[in-house]
Amino acid sequence: MNAAGFPVLSLITWLPLVGCLIIMSVRGDEATVASNARWTALWTSLIVLVLSLVLWVKFDPGEPGFQFIEEVPWLPEYGVGYKMGVDGISVMFVLLATLLTPICVLASWDSVTRFVREYMMTFLLLETMMVGMFSALDFVVFYVFFEGVLIPMFVIIGVWGGPRRVYSAFKFFLYTFTGSVLMLLALLAMWFQAGTTDIPTLLRTPMPVGMQNWLFLAFLASFAVKVPMWPVHTWLPDAHVEAPTAGSVILAGVLLKMGGYGFLRFSVPMLPQASAHFAPLIYTLSVVAVIYTSLVALAQEDMKKLIAYSSVAHMGVVTIGIFTFNVQGIQGAMFQMLSHGIVSAALFLVVGVIYDRMHTREIARYGGLADRMPLYAMTFMIFTLASCGLPGTSGFVGEFLVIVGSLQVNFWLALLGATGMILGVVYMLYLYRRVIFGRLTKPDLQSILDLSPREIAIFVPLILITLWMGISPTSFSNFWEASVASMVQQHTAAVTPPAKLAGAH
Amino acid sequence: MHWVLALPEIVLSLVAMAILIFGVLRQDDSFFLSSMFALGGFLLAALLVLTTEYGIGYHGQFVADAFSSLVKILILAGAALSLILSLDYNRHNQIARFEFPVLMLLSVVGMLVMASASNLMTLYLGLELQSLGLYVLAAFARDDLRSSEAGLKYFVLSALASGLLLYGVSLVYGFSGTMDFAALARTLTMPQSASPGLIVGIVFVLVGLAFKISAVPFHMWTPDVYEGAPTPVTAFFSTAPKVAAFALLLRTMATPFGHQLIAWQTLIIIVSIASMILGALAAIGQTNIKRLMAYSSIGHMGYALIGLAVGTPEGVRGVLIYLIVYVFMSAGTFACIIAMQRRGRPLELITDLNGLSATDPALALAMAIFMFSMAGVPPLAGFFGKLYVFLAAVQGGLWTLAVIGVLTSVVGSYYYLRIVKLMYFDAPEAPFDPRPTSLSFVAAATGLFTAFFFVFPAPFVGAAQAAAKVLFG
Repeated sequence: MNAAGFPVLSLITWLPLVGCLIIMSVRGDEATVASNARWTALWTSLIVLVLSLVLWVKFDPGEPGFQFIEEVPWLPEYGVGYKMGVDGISVMFVLLATLLTPICVLASWDSVTRFVREYMMTFLLLETMMVGMFSALDFVVFYVFFEGVLIPMFVIIGVWGGPRRVYSAFKFFLYTFTGSVLMLLALLAMWFQAGTTDIPTLLRTPMPVGMQNWLFLAFLASFAVKVPMWPVHTWLPDAHVEAPTAGSVILAGVLLKMGGYGFLRFSVPMLPQASAHFAPLIYTLSVVAVIYTSLVALAQEDMKKLIAYSSVAHMGVVTIGIFTFNVQGIQGAMFQMLSHGIVSAALFLVVGVIYDRMHTREIARYGGLADRMPLYAMTFMIFTLASCGLPGTSGFVGEFLVIVGSLQVNFWLALLGATGMILGVVYMLYLYRRVIFGRLTKPDLQSILDLSPREIAIFVPLILITLWMGISPTSFSNFWEASVASMVQQHTAAVTPPAKLAGAH
Repeated sequence: MHWVLALPEIVLSLVAMAILIFGVLRQDDSFFLSSMFALGGFLLAALLVLTTEYGIGYHGQFVADAFSSLVKILILAGAALSLILSLDYNRHNQIARFEFPVLMLLSVVGMLVMASASNLMTLYLGLELQSLGLYVLAAFARDDLRSSEAGLKYFVLSALASGLLLYGVSLVYGFSGTMDFAALARTLTMPQSASPGLIVGIVFVLVGLAFKISAVPFHMWTPDVYEGAPTPVTAFFSTAPKVAAFALLLRTMATPFGHQLIAWQTLIIIVSIASMILGALAAIGQTNIKRLMAYSSIGHMGYALIGLAVGTPEGVRGVLIYLIVYVFMSAGTFACIIAMQRRGRPLELITDLNGLSATDPALALAMAIFMFSMAGVPPLAGFFGKLYVFLAAVQGGLWTLAVIGVLTSVVGSYYYLRIVKLMYFDAPEAPFDPRPTSLSFVAAATGLFTAFFFVFPAPFVGAAQAAAKVLFG
């Protein structure tokens, strides 16, 4: 059953908590505790990363269903069990989460000085929640992890954030919580309808068409906030601006993907008729997001805010792709999510580098950094171009596939969606020019230092992955090809024959 | 021998009287020893509850079944935790008198009788026995103006509620000719068999019990009493009597009046919605943490009432799970509140918690766990309480209730988060006094329960399921 031969998913889910306990038990003066906490967190997350590579190696790409399944009875009489497993869609997100956590620990090595122990514990707790969320195969377990993410993230923004951290933390929490509780009702309705919360079973259980629309709206309330889609995206810029660098990295890299993952795991396969019915609504919101937030990004003075708005635009492309319901669109959405997970996370790290040195994110305070920081300028350029979607980087493949997919649906959708790419080039290059090029006129920038070895260690893997995804996309896409193909096939089968539609009542 | 059914109650009464004699004979300070005896009594009673056989005794007035067992264990746990909380507090505030555990014991006897009542007479008897103890406990700090006020206020309003309840009981008796639950259930099998007078009687009984669980619009006493009473007594108020009164409400509504669901369902729905909304909104402006907890408890009762409104075994199961979780969360929160002391002076403002994470990380962590749990954030215990009542509401098709419930829980989460914010995001103030071991014990035990409930929910859900089934026999 389990290709790894041991419960690998549970291990990588719960191992970070063990790290938490170790950090908690550290005693001594403040400096010792901080140093121990950093190293323990780093080693724990690296071990988790290595263990998660087992998934990469042992995963069978030809199998569309779930793999590495583990099951423990939890509430057997009610059809609820602790069930873990991944398919081609979720395995990539698990890897994304385990990759970004050690990077976050490294990125906060020197910049976090208050409550270091608690900081590292929170990040490890967050890793548990993220990995658990992507590998849960039971709806209740999924929900527990999905919402459990809120607690560490609320604390990360609120304790280690910027001047408006309290406002942003509350806004983040309340927006997400509101969406999630509505999803909880949908969960309960499906539980009641199907008698189980086992996700593989739910995927096979057709829901009554009349009920689907309500369920879809409830799911939309939750996932749209997470993605975030226009007009419920307003928590994101605030949260990003106030969160510490590593918090932004996790937020952009993994938490936003929870929304897209939710659409792919629940909305589209479980509620095919409602998804088809509401697809125009999603297209509209996504196109607005792509164009409007790109224009907003263009006007930003704050680097983090600019990248935050660009995230909304990129995720708009993702939602278009998911709701095209064809292989190219969904594959493109997957690719775009992974690429965005790496690239936007990297961009936040890039901003963090100069923020650590100058303690400002205002674009106007910089200029001409290429003189003093050549390595930094190159790193920034690679990720800027990847974010623009330059061929050869990861960003291109996803956007291209989504445009191909949306062309099959509607020409205008493809056209409007593609304007996002153009606007993306505009605001990203504009940002790059203002920060890196020009003459170095600010006196305090004269003595700024280039990347330190620790920072190079952070960026090298991200650069390699970005290029690898761009040059050899199939080594990633073959993981989810089978799963996506079967999802599209099931969707088409569920939507097309009208006779079967009537039978579902 | 049918008197064996009431063995836990009998034993507890004997323990209470023994402590009374012991306290009077022993002249010097005997609060600690008396409390230890009382704790022993609670433990013994809990063992007896678990081992006593089920059955109906005392001419059908007293019943011991799975439902009463679960509720009794919960009452005893709540009382024991509150008594542990009082050990140090009472000593510091010069109210360490041996009558305290005695009153608590007698009050608990009343609650146990309530849990086992299968006759409107037993119901009233148990309710009054518990209330008498509670009146005195609320005013136990007799030199404190606020405590005396709390006791008097509680006495007057509670007596009014008891009067209404008694009036309802007499109406039910007058229009049906019996006070026995089983006989009432037999008479009232058809919804149309109830006369208007009987319906009025049911409504009065409901009002009296709604007062005891402080559901809106009968909640007025709660904030004042919570604020004025000595904090361990407040902890006691928010745990054991709530469970007992709720158990009574469940049994009365489900067993004798179960077939009259249409007559009282709307009422419960309205009360539930009003409680949830008031609990969520009124707490936002509070600055005193005890008052805040009072409004929070009103909200929690509103959520628990959802399960009753559904009127199915699933609903009752949800209520029981909610109460199990609530007792532990609440006792833990009060442990944290009692720990808020500087230079021997108890503090009550929520701003006194500022920056607690820096001065006392363990206490802050415990408090944060309770707050997130009360807000209903998974994976903490409070989420599972809500999960099961909402599940019952969805199964029963009460969508309005479910939607209002989840939305008020979002609104309510704001003020719980605000406490977390004060503790974690704000600048620290002077540290609190060192915590006595008793408080640390309660906070740690309930904190662990709240945090790790998700690992082992099955036995609790199973017990609640078995208990709920009994009521609908």
